[in-house]
Amino acid sequence: MSMFSVFGISGSAVSAQSQRLNVVASNLANADAVAGPDGQPYKARQVVFQTTPVGAEGGAGVRVDAVTESQTPGRKVHEPAHPMADAQGYVTHSNVNAVEEMVNMISASRAYQNNIEVMNTAKNLLLKTLQLGN
Amino acid sequence: MLDKLTSSMDLHTQALVLRSERQRVIAGNIANADTPGYAARESHFADALRAASGGSEGTFATGGLAAGAASGAGHARHIALGRAGGALAGAGSEPGYAVQTQPRLDGNSVDLDRERAAFADNAVRYEATLRFINGQGKTLLSAITGQ
Repeated sequence: MSMFSVFGISGSAVSAQSQRLNVVASNLANADAVAGPDGQPYKARQVVFQTTPVGAEGGAGVRVDAVTESQTPGRKVHEPAHPMADAQGYVTHSNVNAVEEMVNMISASRAYQNNIEVMNTAKNLLLKTLQLGN
Repeated sequence: MLDKLTSSMDLHTQALVLRSERQRVIAGNIANADTPGYAARESHFADALRAASGGSEGTFATGGLAAGAASGAGHARHIALGRAGGALAGAGSEPGYAVQTQPRLDGNSVDLDRERAAFADNAVRYEATLRFINGQGKTLLSAITGQ
């Protein structure tokens, strides 16, 4: 029954989108971080999606290929009294753009809901197929 | 004798398999709505059913094909790719590629609105086919049982 692979396809998408949500949460949590343990400010992370075959029939699922770090320069704020300030009195904050992250979050959450809906419909259809002949 | 009893159900059985195949293709498109460079697939139901039922097979086949063609919103935009006729079980009716209406910069050609609509439409048609099979089964049963 080829419709069983719908669960594999949509399941892979749900797991990829939840990883995207996790990355967004981590970015938003660190939006105001000044420096990590290595003395470097936090860099915004982004997931990279890639199509992956699911099941023997070649269904198109999704997987997270890589998590990349944004290389845009961090936000510099003039705060000479701050313990992490440099020689010129500037503190480097993380390069997270909160607006971008919120948009990313909404997009991920809608995509998640879409795929749950697909699984629900497939489940109902399969249940009705099981009742065939009743 | 027995295959004459069930031959009226053959078309619906094939349609059911093709509907579930289409459901799988659409699920793949929805899953990849955010994947850069993904090309949306689209299965052509009427062609697939024609290939599966071996051309025009009397009134059942043509009736089914007419219904399939009537459902085809957007079929005129399909690119005829990989539509080799053949056996029903998966190998024959390879889905083609959908033509995008609003191109995106990341090379993804999934139109989520269209996919959602197609998914709902396909789910209803799948259920309808199920009911046809169910009804014919009941009719046959009552003929066998006798009252």
